[in-house]
Parts: sequence; structure tokens; C-alpha cells
Amino acid sequence: MENNYTPVKEDFRFLPRRDSVDDARFASTDYWKNVARQFAKDKFALLGAALIVFVIVFAIFAPLLSFYEYDEIVAITDATGAEVVAKSLSPQFAGGTTGYFSDKTFLFGTDDMGRDLWTRTWHGARVSLLIAFVAILIDMIIGMSYGLISGYFGGVCDNLMQRFIEIIGCIPTLVIISVLAIFMTKGIGLVIAALLITEWIGMSKIARAECLKLKEREYVLASRTLGAGNFHIMFKQILPNIVGPVITQVMFSIPVAIFTEAFLSFVGVGIVLPQCSVGSLIEAGFNNITILPYQIMPPIFVLAFLMLGFNLVGDGLRRALSPKIGDV
Amino acid sequence: MTNEPLLKVKNLRQHFKISREFTVKAVNGVSFDIFPGETFGLVGESGSGKTTVGRSVIRLYDPTEGDIEFNGKNIAGNMDRSTRKMLRKDMQMIFQDPMSSLNPRKKIADIIGEGLKIHGFCESKTELEEKVAAILQKVGLLPEHGSRYPGQFSGGQRQRIGIARALVMNPKLIIADECISALDVSVQAQVVNLMKDIQEETKCAYLFIAHDLSMVKYISDKIGVLHKGYLVETGSTQEIFSNPRHPYTKNLLSAAPIANPRVEKQRKLLSYDSINADYEHDVIRQLSDTHFVLEPQGGN
Amino acid sequence: MPENILSVKGLDISFRGNIGDVHVIRGVDLDLPKGKTVAIVGESGSGKSVAMKAVTGLLEDNAVINGGQILYRYNGNEYIDLLSLNEKEMRRKINGKHIGMVFQDPMTSLDPTMTIGKQLMEGMILHKSYSKSDAKERAVELLRTVGILEAEKRINNYPHQLSGGMRQRIVIAAALSSEPKVLICDEPTTALDVTVQATILNLIKDIQAKMNLSVIFITHDLGVVAKVADFVCVMYAGKIVERGTAEDIFYDPQHPYTWGLLLSMPSLETEEERLFSIPGSPPNLLYEPKGDAFAPRNEYAMAIDEKAAPPMFKISETHEVATWLLHPDAPKVEMPKELKYRIERAKAASL
Repeated sequence: MENNYTPVKEDFRFLPRRDSVDDARFASTDYWKNVARQFAKDKFALLGAALIVFVIVFAIFAPLLSFYEYDEIVAITDATGAEVVAKSLSPQFAGGTTGYFSDKTFLFGTDDMGRDLWTRTWHGARVSLLIAFVAILIDMIIGMSYGLISGYFGGVCDNLMQRFIEIIGCIPTLVIISVLAIFMTKGIGLVIAALLITEWIGMSKIARAECLKLKEREYVLASRTLGAGNFHIMFKQILPNIVGPVITQVMFSIPVAIFTEAFLSFVGVGIVLPQCSVGSLIEAGFNNITILPYQIMPPIFVLAFLMLGFNLVGDGLRRALSPKIGDV
Repeated sequence: MTNEPLLKVKNLRQHFKISREFTVKAVNGVSFDIFPGETFGLVGESGSGKTTVGRSVIRLYDPTEGDIEFNGKNIAGNMDRSTRKMLRKDMQMIFQDPMSSLNPRKKIADIIGEGLKIHGFCESKTELEEKVAAILQKVGLLPEHGSRYPGQFSGGQRQRIGIARALVMNPKLIIADECISALDVSVQAQVVNLMKDIQEETKCAYLFIAHDLSMVKYISDKIGVLHKGYLVETGSTQEIFSNPRHPYTKNLLSAAPIANPRVEKQRKLLSYDSINADYEHDVIRQLSDTHFVLEPQGGN
Repeated sequence: MPENILSVKGLDISFRGNIGDVHVIRGVDLDLPKGKTVAIVGESGSGKSVAMKAVTGLLEDNAVINGGQILYRYNGNEYIDLLSLNEKEMRRKINGKHIGMVFQDPMTSLDPTMTIGKQLMEGMILHKSYSKSDAKERAVELLRTVGILEAEKRINNYPHQLSGGMRQRIVIAAALSSEPKVLICDEPTTALDVTVQATILNLIKDIQAKMNLSVIFITHDLGVVAKVADFVCVMYAGKIVERGTAEDIFYDPQHPYTWGLLLSMPSLETEEERLFSIPGSPPNLLYEPKGDAFAPRNEYAMAIDEKAAPPMFKISETHEVATWLLHPDAPKVEMPKELKYRIERAKAASL
């Protein structure tokens, strides 16, 4: 403030009248830019994102660049020059002297069938990521639509749809799997089918709650008075406003889905050999944990990274998306 | 005004069933007419049912009973396609809360152009853009503002955008539901002046819903006073203000504060037992061509 | 002129936000004479509520007090600066006992899970160490004071069982329960209907006379100001632009903003074709205004308004205005004709 300003005579002339250009300099902050900035400031969220990116990059490139197929039983030339199957080798470089000599490199060692664990681990990570992707699709397509429709139409429709959710929600996943296993062959298809039945319930509840909150907003009413159809309102007016909570929910349901797959594979109703997933690798490693402890480490870390990564990102997103004081 | 009314509301009832035993009777037999180019002010306190009347008329609700005739067509029950289309085009609404009446995730141009798009009124994208730009200028904003989001505007500006959204459809009737009560005093006058200018230019009619008597007096040709879902008094602005008949109207008038300290400090509030007022058996009495008042049966 | 029970001097407050600091109060001086009512008028965002929250120590955590004093006449002649007290001292010594507060929305100040009687008695037992039966007796008495019929029965009601007007009466009763000397009312009637508003305003006036309260009344409604205020402060963008007695402000306004405010409310008496309106909207205080914050909306803005903020020019003992128009070098500007006409009519009506 220029309190010490001494006015001179010329200061007291009227300024020309301005038209009411009403530009009150409102901060031109884009919502998503703001979210991105908040997210970028969040160290934990960035760590989570880094972990996910790390796993994704290796899952894509490591099997491509590997010398072995994931189901290939590798033969090596041992110290005596004989050709043998590379069973249960500890991690080693070609010609290395740690443990059993081999002329080939096994970064994570091999399993008790003689398959390269490095390749298998990253191949297994691919399965986990596929499951993550499927979980996203299930959440977004089934869960969100179900919730939006239930919340928007309300009344009898909502009542029926919610009762249906309660019924399937209270059946334990394992029971569903067992029933499904009667009709389906074991494998990734079974896991996806199991996820299809129950995975979207959480998302539909979130979408429904948000929809209930928003459907009486005046902009929704305005859309109705303009003659917009129900689906236009649901997907064009309401949906863009619930993207925040929806994304957060997706981020939290991904690790649940990954873990479900790993768990099912671990108990033996998931992936079938020689296919592998993080879950089945852990199961295999767990059997040998006392003699070959290195076998269980890589899949466990991949699983941990994914779980931790998605949870951290989900938390970070929730923080970035929630309105704060000072946000206009 | 010798021509036919644009909107005829007859004996409108709007009840909401909350549970098996409990029904909210928001509107109980309300009748009024609005002529083309005229402003009908609907005044009432919170809970009087004034917002419900507006929403029933524009068919956000399905009226429980009564007739609504708009543009010569009955719109109270099920409508055929062309009637619905006519209603959605010719009757528009301006909402109360400038913060929630605009979708925060949509650009201004998309918000204003939504109705045009839904009804397919524009042949091309450029035509749509031109129309939106023109309407933005008409409500005192700049065409560039179309690419911004609602969060980047002040309350008064947002209400202008809400007006533009209604106006772009070229409606015959605009329902303004407390559209100024959330604004600052100095901005209220801007918006009301804008609405008056628009009316002069487009000859649209307004149903102006408010709780503020002084603003209603300024903008309206006719006024209806709503209490507990009953229209207790209707009349021209002149009649309501200089010759109020219903005790509730008198009570309202005496309660509105005047910016004149010497008078205001001495003024006495007329008492009226509004809590126990029951109009169920009252009948409407006509005092003049336009002046109606709800009175107990057999009263003088 | 009675002595001031409360005076605010050079108050300056900002809020930390994630986009930048918002300078909401930019130097506010205010005096509250004992037993009188001072009304603070302003639009939303003018800082009127923030200033009073500072007085009661209820500022949000992200508020930063950049300077100023809030002097309260504690016992007899001892003044204490409320800004120098911490939250705990504030609560123990001042709030309730000396300064009571009534907010806009009665529901937020009442606990929905407690009967109103309990809520009223709580303060008395805590602050004044009343016995339970005494407190109850007094609670009933308070309810009667605020015009609640059948107080003995009502005392067992929960807030949701009462109407909005009744709730606001309870809030007032609660504010009065510890016999404060100063009552701060922050838009106490904005959420209420006009008819209820009138009764609540009358109630506040009656109580003030009975208990010799000093009242600060925050509102945006000039009609309400006319009804209750002895003194008026008009606030704009974190500053007081005009202050005076109610007579000064309503019959001899000097600041163009006050003119605009008075003209932009339609009156029930006059019939003009067009309402006057102040163009534009209040400034966004995220950006520190240069010079006079009102200049961009001011019909009579001068070159100097863009260079320096105007000081307070004293017109009379009670009337002060912050506009360069009152500088001796400034061209003479009369208030708009329409306003002049309105004021004459208003004066005539009061005879």
C-alpha cells in the first residue's frame, strides 16, 4: 500500500467510464491440472506410481529380451561339461562360481523343473497386470453403470438392484469359485469369471452414492428442463462429476483383484501349469521355502510392489481429488 | 391484455408421498394465469411451496392433480412427443444457486449449447458456436468466456450464464426460481435489470419466484402470495401493495424492512398466527378483474 | 458519547491458500460504544465475518494475523488485547462470559443430540458454577426472555423439534446464558423468513435494552441495518469505506459504494423504471488491489484511485469516509439524483 503518496492536482481527474468488463481475474485453475499438481507434490503417491511403472516396464520387456521361454525347460552345460537340466539353480551369471556351475545366466535362478525364474516371474507379472486391467474394465463398465442406473432411477428399480447386490455380495468368493469350477476349466478364465461376479459391487455402491448426491443438483434439473434424456443426464452430466471418486475406487479395487488372483492360484484353482502367475509362483516357492528360499522372493516382491503401488496411488489420488480450503 | 393466457394453471396440487402414512402436501389447489410478455411474481416464505409450483409447471414433477395449459396444450398429464418438445423448448428455467446450477466439469459454451444440441436446432458446429457467442454477449459476457469453466466466474456472472442457457432456446416463458436470492445486493440489481431488458427485447413472460417482496414489486406485473401451498392472494402489483386484503399478505408487507432508520425503528410488526393458519376450507373471492383473495367461507 | 467497550485497531488478516495468500482484512478500525449497536454492512467476501471471528478467536487455522489490536475493556478500566491471548485463555476468560456470538445457521451452533435445556445449562454450570437446579431455573427464565412459550416443556425438546425461528431464539438464549457484555450477531436472520426475521430483530433489540448489551451486527441487508443499528460501518474488500451513525449513512451517504448499495435495493415506496446497479463484481482478494479496491466499479473513479488507497476523510465527529472525492482538490460530486430524491422522501416519511 502506498500510504505515503502525496496526490498532485492531475490525479483528480475522472477516469474515462469503462464498460463493465466483468473480468474479476478469477484464478484460471483447471480442475484436472490442479489435481495433477497436488498429485505431483505427493511423495508417497509418486513412489507408488514408480513401483507400478517399474513392474509394468519389466513385465513388458523382460520376457521379450530373455533368452528363454517361460515354459522352456532349460538345459545347461555344467562344470563337468555334461548337458543337464537346470533344476533348482540359485541366481547366477554365466560361468559364475556361486553354487552350481552353469554356462547360462539365471538372474533369479531356476525352479525345480528347470525353468528360468526371471522369465517366469515377469511373465507372471503380466498375468497380474492383465487381471488389473480386467478389474478396471469390470469396475468401469459393470460397476459404474449399475450404480448410476440404480441411483438415478431410484424407487423400485433401486430397491431391486440393491437387493440383488446384497444377495451376491454375501456369497463367499470361494463358494462361487467352487461352483464355477464345476462348469469351467481351471485357469485365468475362471479367475476372471469369479471377478466378474463380485468385483464390481464396491464400485457400484460408490457410483450409486455419488449419483444420489448429484441427481438433485440444479444443473441436472436444468438438463431435464432442456429435454435431455435419462442416459444423456447419467453419462454426460453426472458421470464427469464422479470421475474422481470412481478413479480412486478403481485404484483400490485393482490390488484386491490382483490379490484374489494370486490367492486363487496359490490354493490351486487359478492358473494351471505350465502357465504361471505371481500366485502360482509363490505357491511353488512356498513348497521349497526351506531348501530353496530364493525361489519365493521374486514373485513376492512383484506382488508386494503392485499391491503397495496401487494402494499408494489410490491414496494419493484420494488426497489430490478431495476439495481443500482455498480451492475455488 | 385481451389475448389468451400463455400459461393457465388450474387447481394445481402437488403431493409427495414420503411413506405409507405420511404425505407432504406441498401445493394445494393453486390457480393463476400468465399472459405473454408479462411477469408473474410468486412470493412465499420457505416451505410455502413456491419452488414446487415452478417445478411442477415445468414438469420436473408429475402434478398430483389439476390442469396446466401452456401454449394451448395441456401439459399436466402424459404428453405426446410434439407437446413435450414444445414444452422443453418454450419453457425454460433459471435456478437459484449459481454454484450448483452449472455443471462444474463442462465448458460454458457446452452448457449453453446443450439445449440446442439436444433438439438439433443447429445445422452445423459453426452455427452453434455463433449462437452461443451471440447469447453470451447479450447477457453481458464475452464470447471468449465460452471456453472457460464455471469455477472461473463470480456468482453474478454464473447467473448470467444460467440466463443465457435459458435464453438461447428462445422461450416464451422463463421460470426464475429465486434466481437472485443467492447473490450480493449490488449484483442482484444487475441481474434483475438484465432480465428486464431481455423481456423488453424478446417479449418472453416470467414466472418470478422469490421471497423478497421489494424485488418482486420492482419486476412483476402481477403477484401471487403463497402460504402453506395455498395462493392466499393474487392481484396486480398495485393491488397487492396498496390494497392488501389477506392478513398474511399484510403481515409479509409489514415485516419487510425498509432502509429508512427513522421509520424502521418505529415500525410495528402486524401479528399473524401463521403457524396455526389453515386454509383448507377457505374459498377464493374475486375483488376485481385481477384481484383474488382466499377467505374463510361465509366471511364478508 | 459512551465509552468504547471494544475497539479494533488496524486489523490485518490473510488466509493461506494453495494458490496464494488471500488478503481478506486490509486494515480495519472499529469502535463499539457501550450499550450501542454497530452494524457492519458488506457483500460476501468483504471480510465482515472474518473480522468478527478474529474478535471471538474463532479464526480458521490457515488465517494469519498480520497486525492490529483488538482492545476489550475487561474489568472496569483495564483493556486487554484479545489478539495477544491464546486459544485457551480466550475460551476461559472471554468467550461466552464477555463476548457471545450468534451465527447465521442455528443448526450449526446447536448440538442435535442434546436437549436444548442441557445445552443452555452446560454453559452456566461451567462458566458460572451454578448448581443444577439453579441452572435449570435460569434456563427456563432465559427461554422466556427470548420469547419462547411454555419454556418448562420446551426445555426437554431437541433442536430438530423446533422451527428455524425458534432455534435461532435458542441460540440467542445460549449466547446470553453467561451474561456477556458484547453480543456479536453474524447474519442471524439471513436464513430466516422475513416475518420471523422481524420478530428476531425485535427480540435482539429488546434484550439489548434490558441487559445493556453492546451489539455488533453483521449483515448485508440495509433494511435490517436501518432497524437495529446506531452506528454503521460499510465494508468493501477488507476495508471500511464509510462509517457513521445510522442517520449519517442513510440520510447523508458520501461514498459512491454506499450510494450504489442504497440505490440498488428496490424500495417498497419508490417506483423507478430501472434499478441502479453497481457494475462488475467484488474483487478477488487473491490479487492485492492497487489503490482503491472499489475504483474499477466506481462511476466516479479518478486517476488517483489507481495510485493510492484513499485515507479516511472526517466529515463530522461521527462520520468518516474513505474516498478521494472528499479531497479538497477533487472535483465536487453530488450524490445521484435518484438517491437524493429517495432520501428526501424517506425523511418526509419519518415526520
